[in-house]
Amino acid sequence: MRALEAWVEEPLTTFLSESAARVTLLMTSSGQVVAQHGFTRALDVMSAAALGAGIMASTFELARVMGSRPLGAVVHHGSSVGVYLAAFETPRGRWLGLVVFGGETSLGLVQLFFARLAADLANAAPTAEPPRQVLAEDFEAELNSSLRALFGR
Amino acid sequence: MIADVLAGLTRIPGVRGVLIVSRDDGLVVADALMEGVDGAAIAALAASLAGRMRSVTMALGQPEPVMMHVAGAGGSLLAAPGRHGLLIVAVAAPDVNAGELRLGLLDAAGRAA
Repeated sequence: MRALEAWVEEPLTTFLSESAARVTLLMTSSGQVVAQHGFTRALDVMSAAALGAGIMASTFELARVMGSRPLGAVVHHGSSVGVYLAAFETPRGRWLGLVVFGGETSLGLVQLFFARLAADLANAAPTAEPPRQVLAEDFEAELNSSLRALFGR
Repeated sequence: MIADVLAGLTRIPGVRGVLIVSRDDGLVVADALMEGVDGAAIAALAASLAGRMRSVTMALGQPEPVMMHVAGAGGSLLAAPGRHGLLIVAVAAPDVNAGELRLGLLDAAGRAA
């Protein structure tokens, strides 16, 4: 498990242990990765994050068009694995979780423990940092630092 | 029919709630619960427990259990696999008539859906 911010690690570790999820990705609503477990390649993480954020953006827009409240979660259930994609609010704004699970657990358990993860993250989140300007010279260094944190290299 | 199953079991004194659960997903199909009983959590955990019990008995070369009864200081949880991949789950107080509830659950498991 890799996380960009240390306070995410404990709630995510608990979730992984309890839910028996194979792969988990936490990201902001714009698809910026916060933490991941189960991915081995950076490209896969970035693709999954972009696709997951896109799916949730589409469901939010679909709900808006239908005049209903935003849809909180999307489930793709395959024959061997399922994908649970859900949005939740944190003091840092709306985050998304993408969970891939197999037959060793169930959608009900994933939903149950994901709700607890969302609550734990909301409680553990430090107060928001003041926004700072991202300078061009810092961007590459920060990107490399994030990739190192997520993949250990 | 599902409403009859739920009504029949909740009439037993000491029963705090009854759920019909999808065994594979651990999701609630139908329920009748007293206030404060977390149906989604019970469904997910009971289905998981039933699945593990099934795995254990299969590993032992035995048929699938027809009833699971977990008794605690604060109450009991009983579950019986029904047809069509369903699980009938009851949450009961410690003083429930367990025999009557077991009979009711077995009957419901045969009838449900």
